Amino acid sequence: MENKFKSLSNKLFSELKKDEILTVSCTAENSQFIRLNNAKIRQTGLVDDADIQLKMIANNRTCTGSFTLSGDSEIDLSRGKSEIERMRLESKEILEDPYIVMPSGSGSSHEIITASGLNFDDAVDAIMPAVHGVDFVGILANGRMYRGNSNSLGQEHWFETESFCLDYSLVTKNHQMVKGTFAGTEWDQGKYESYLQTSKQKLKMMELKPVSVDTGEYRTWFEPAAVSDFLDMFSWNGISEASIQQGCSGFGKMRHDDVRLSPHFSISEDFSTGMVPKFNSNGEVAPSVVPIIKDGELVNTLVSSRTAAEYNRTTNYAETGEYLRSPQMKPGDLKQEDILKALDTGLYLSNIHYLNWSDNPGGRITGLTRYACFWVNNGEIEGPINTMRFDDTFYKYFGVNLEHVGGDTEFIPNTSTYGNREIGGTICPGILANSFALTL
Amino acid sequence: MKVDTNLKDMLGAVSVPADWVGIREVYEAQSPRMIRDGVPVSNGRYTTHGIMVEVLVDGQFGYYGTPDISKSGVEHASRNAFEQAKAASKYSVHSFTHEARPKSVGTYRSPFVKDIGEVSAKELNILLLEAYKHLKVSDKIVSASSLARTIETNFHYISSNGSDIIQEFLMLEFDLSATAVDGSNQQTRTFGGMRGTCRQAGLEFLDQMEIVSQANKIGEQAIELLTADETPTGDMDLVIASDQMMLQIHESIGHALEVDRILGDERNYAGWSFVKLEDFGSLQYGSEHMNITFDPTVSSEFASYGYDDGGLKADREYLIKDGILVRGLGGMESQIRSGVNGVANFRASSWNRAPIDRMANINLEPGDATFDDIISSVEKGVYVESNRSWSIDDYRNKFQFGCEYGKMIENGKLTKTIKNPNYRGISNPFWNSLKMVGNQDTLGIYGTPNCGKGEPNQIIRVGHASPVCLFNNVQVFGGA
Repeated sequence: MENKFKSLSNKLFSELKKDEILTVSCTAENSQFIRLNNAKIRQTGLVDDADIQLKMIANNRTCTGSFTLSGDSEIDLSRGKSEIERMRLESKEILEDPYIVMPSGSGSSHEIITASGLNFDDAVDAIMPAVHGVDFVGILANGRMYRGNSNSLGQEHWFETESFCLDYSLVTKNHQMVKGTFAGTEWDQGKYESYLQTSKQKLKMMELKPVSVDTGEYRTWFEPAAVSDFLDMFSWNGISEASIQQGCSGFGKMRHDDVRLSPHFSISEDFSTGMVPKFNSNGEVAPSVVPIIKDGELVNTLVSSRTAAEYNRTTNYAETGEYLRSPQMKPGDLKQEDILKALDTGLYLSNIHYLNWSDNPGGRITGLTRYACFWVNNGEIEGPINTMRFDDTFYKYFGVNLEHVGGDTEFIPNTSTYGNREIGGTICPGILANSFALTL
Repeated sequence: MKVDTNLKDMLGAVSVPADWVGIREVYEAQSPRMIRDGVPVSNGRYTTHGIMVEVLVDGQFGYYGTPDISKSGVEHASRNAFEQAKAASKYSVHSFTHEARPKSVGTYRSPFVKDIGEVSAKELNILLLEAYKHLKVSDKIVSASSLARTIETNFHYISSNGSDIIQEFLMLEFDLSATAVDGSNQQTRTFGGMRGTCRQAGLEFLDQMEIVSQANKIGEQAIELLTADETPTGDMDLVIASDQMMLQIHESIGHALEVDRILGDERNYAGWSFVKLEDFGSLQYGSEHMNITFDPTVSSEFASYGYDDGGLKADREYLIKDGILVRGLGGMESQIRSGVNGVANFRASSWNRAPIDRMANINLEPGDATFDDIISSVEKGVYVESNRSWSIDDYRNKFQFGCEYGKMIENGKLTKTIKNPNYRGISNPFWNSLKMVGNQDTLGIYGTPNCGKGEPNQIIRVGHASPVCLFNNVQVFGGA
């Protein structure tokens, strides 16, 4: 794939005229998808996909395009040349762009992660026997992923990784559910079976008599997966400098009114784990670590070069959409074995679902409890709760109501497969809030 | 570009001993153009082109999505799809036959007057810039944008049991947005909420929307909201405009009736449903005023088509008649698995995803009340327009929606404007509180380009048409 990308890019660069600059990016994968329901296979198949994205700067205009890489070099060159011609013509028609982001010719990178992954032909027999006897539903996404970026000024980046992700739920006869995500690069059959066994043990707790919870405010422990869902909301009308400037960010209070979150709360954009490429679609390489909120104080937002030009800020080479690509939240000191005791009486939420801003300027987020969520009484799990809606502001549960941060972090993989398989995920601990509002 | 591959030749290249083979070719080109704050932020053309080869082996379907549209590519794809299906067949959820892929031959072409080439990139940029200028009615509008996206999609589907279907679509999405800020008060107003203004149409659609006056109105309403009162909290009558009914139908009816969901396929992702298989034919889903159709035949609605991606011919069907649930949103595979009557809704987002049960156009049929009839029947209530926030649980029960713009209704009259209108409820009792349904004059046709579902995930386009509706005794509340 890398050779095809390089070869095509170089041929397209040779098509350019004076004062034209071209950036070529690649998102590609060879994937296997096995979808399961009731511990049986619902759908199965393979997908080879390779999308080439082009950005051309000419005549003080920015034009973009994309096409599918067919694998036939003549067809692909023809598609690329046709796109260049279209963008060249369009650059004479569309409005001038005063905030053009010029690519750089230096700072190339190359990273290929090799691993003994799960062979496509072995996947069914590796997964299926262990799920026998339990209501198992979910998906295996498996295979190789590629990201490339090069430009006509000479910069080249390539990132390639192997990964699998078995994202699943186990379900009791009473429709109570436990979530599991077994993901990685090296497939280890023993680790898989052990991980699944842990989920099965957790499922037994879901067979306890359900507890009915009323609306109201409760002490709440959020497992790392739930915290990760809240942090995901920061990437949507939150942490983006452009969204703050354009009046549609929940971070406005921190920027304009010096409102702070809890001193126990710190989060960074941290590429040091190497799970995602450091380069963005402009070929710009982000700093290894960008602190975002430090000890409760907003110290940086995500600033793309375009936003920097438009609003006179300093870029930190965020992706154009200014979303978190590799977030890491700092752990605290609450030990795993002390969580129930510290919670005492209240909610233990393993997962949450379908989050949305209910009042973006106020930082208020609504959503629902899902999967292994329990009522805890005097430090003992009493039983699973019914599905409840919450509606509360992160300025409280990451702020004044944040009592403890868990001492251990977990990696929560990004399981999204819209358009293509995503890379990376969130590293975060759980949190204990002394109050959290259930509303329906 | 039309899909012009000789798929019959490709089908001939398949040498594996499958019980059935299908090839679906998809080409799509999207051209978004957007002006934000007076400057262009998007002028692009994004295309995708590939095929999905599907085989049936020992009762199990297997697929291979590939951009390699050559005989050798099809041969490679079919061989690997065969091996995948064969390996999976000993664990199949259901042992299918080729009845799951009925034979159909036909074409569908979406209606349009003005083709894409008839309006240049320059003209579109100028039109969008003009719209932006009319959105920015005040310095308190800190950001405003105008967007037009054209989408050309072409399908060709062929199968070993004789199906041969060609479908061609030209679609347009349009949006206007203005955000007004005064201190910590931020208010955004758009053209229908959630990019809901989308149609199967040519560029003539732009001529029909009175863009300049709409832009002025949106800008002025964003400013108006800055000084509006907060929405009151309490249980009261709620009148919902058709651009918000769009989402209400989508979330609390459409997804709940997807048969693959009811069968549990989605439990690890989007969730399950409060509807059970035994509810079809008997469940009082809503009041007697409620008539919901699956209607892919409405000219120019966003998700009209002639055939689904399994080859089933698409017809209009009632899903809910006089409040009673009568039919599910299930394609042939779900109909065979469940025994429930369904519709032609087995759809995939593109060539690289396998079809699953999706919505198409899911519409609430008009009643006979005028808008004035509805408002004058309310002693105290709230009228809401345009979605800005949406959330519902994994059983499609507990929902909460927020809207951009509201008005108080007092003693049968629309009175002051209110900001941050939100409401919440539970689907079944909520629809049973439907008291009045507006007539044809109150009907709005909307859709959404971004309906997500499935594993692997898929985004698909759906349409929703609805009149204005009145619901009794709904939990309403405002902002922080």
